Amino acid sequence: MATAPQGIFDLLSPYPPGWGGVLLTGAASTVAISAGAFLIGLVLGTGGALGKLSGSRPLRLLLQFYTIAIRAVPELILIVGLYYAGMDGLNRLLALFNLPGFELNGFAVAIAVLGFVQGAYMTEVLRGAILAIPVGQIEAAKAFGMGPGLRFRRIVLPALLPNALPGLANLWMSIMKDSALIAVVGYQELALATRLAGASTKHYFIFFMASALIYLALTLISNALFNLIEKRVRRGQPKPAGGFAP
Amino acid sequence: MTFSWIDAYWPLLLTGAWQTIALLVISVVFGFLIAIGLAFAQVSGGPVTRALSRGYCTFFRGTPLLIQLWLLYYGVGSLLPMIPGIRQSLFWPILREGFFFAAVSFTLNYAAYEAEVLRGALLAVPKGELEAGRAFGMSRWKLTRRIWLPRAIRIALPTIGGEIVMQLKSTPLAFTVTVMDLYAVATKVRQDTLLVYEPLIVVTVFYLVITAIIAGTFRLLERQVPMRR
Repeated sequence: MATAPQGIFDLLSPYPPGWGGVLLTGAASTVAISAGAFLIGLVLGTGGALGKLSGSRPLRLLLQFYTIAIRAVPELILIVGLYYAGMDGLNRLLALFNLPGFELNGFAVAIAVLGFVQGAYMTEVLRGAILAIPVGQIEAAKAFGMGPGLRFRRIVLPALLPNALPGLANLWMSIMKDSALIAVVGYQELALATRLAGASTKHYFIFFMASALIYLALTLISNALFNLIEKRVRRGQPKPAGGFAP
Repeated sequence: MTFSWIDAYWPLLLTGAWQTIALLVISVVFGFLIAIGLAFAQVSGGPVTRALSRGYCTFFRGTPLLIQLWLLYYGVGSLLPMIPGIRQSLFWPILREGFFFAAVSFTLNYAAYEAEVLRGALLAVPKGELEAGRAFGMSRWKLTRRIWLPRAIRIALPTIGGEIVMQLKSTPLAFTVTVMDLYAVATKVRQDTLLVYEPLIVVTVFYLVITAIIAGTFRLLERQVPMRR
């Protein structure tokens, strides 16, 4: 123990006696989990929003239940519950087809679970964004004889993006922070990597401060990126009239 | 689905519920008080207080609550005993508990989110009302106390309700630092009885009931002071 590295830079160095590499690997898997869940949420949310706006009555009720239930239950309970339920369900499904059950990859389950939760929030954001599109634009597209697919791709999607982006940016930030909850079910992303580093060196404060700063850097970088994207999708939109400043 | 375990565990469930509610009330009340200070620091403070308050809000809103909680519990908690004499002090039995760290980190976190909401609301109070107050010869302090803050709180009321529900939904994190809250009780039932879903369902229903109570209370509150839109 006496020869163990003790300085902050020794502890955080990216090469094996230091724990910096472990933290960075954890951060990479945090970003990967968040990105995967964000994409799954985007797909579920688009489907959910379109279903809520134009689906049949039973489908609308089902989606209503999905969004309300997911948004009302604490994330930790959802993640733990779905994590076990997802593993259990898949193994039972495999057993049904006489396939051998297997220990699921924690990474895939984490993405699936967070994406399913994210989908409920995305549904609401995208629904609001679609509703904010002037009806005339969609009617004009119909009048030109565009089918639903073409209409969505050419008219609805570009028009909803500026409305939806602030909400999507918020969701991205919240999913990066929610992905820390995966640590509770034992998958090693940034939060759990930090706890391991702290537990084996007893320098908890340094490591948690370091990982807080990594999360903060990720958040700030994403914030800047989303601002750039928003400026890009808002090009060609009229600037808000003067005298609107708070 | 078997729910017969409830007979044996209901006293534990009640203490768990009590801990959850205590965490929620403590963090919301103290967090709100801190948030008032932070919001005013950003709206009417000097450049230094403004930067400090902004930095605080960015840090606590930009990092996961779980990391903040572990930073306090493991990080600060492991540094605390180095302060000479703290083990003999009156407060040690409190400072030793996970509950203390959970309450502090939830309070600090809630304050950051709430400050941002209040800041927007303070800026949204119509200028004319503040000018009217000033025309009546109200001092800065009286104007803030009688008009600016109450109007801002009224404007922020719907958002505050939402923030409290969000806060309720983060309280289960306390179980990671040995607090015996409602979620921890569900985990204990799972370990004892090997039932996975039933305890989670019971606990979920409890959270839903509290959410409904909070939402109902805020609907009543909002009706007390009708607002012209």
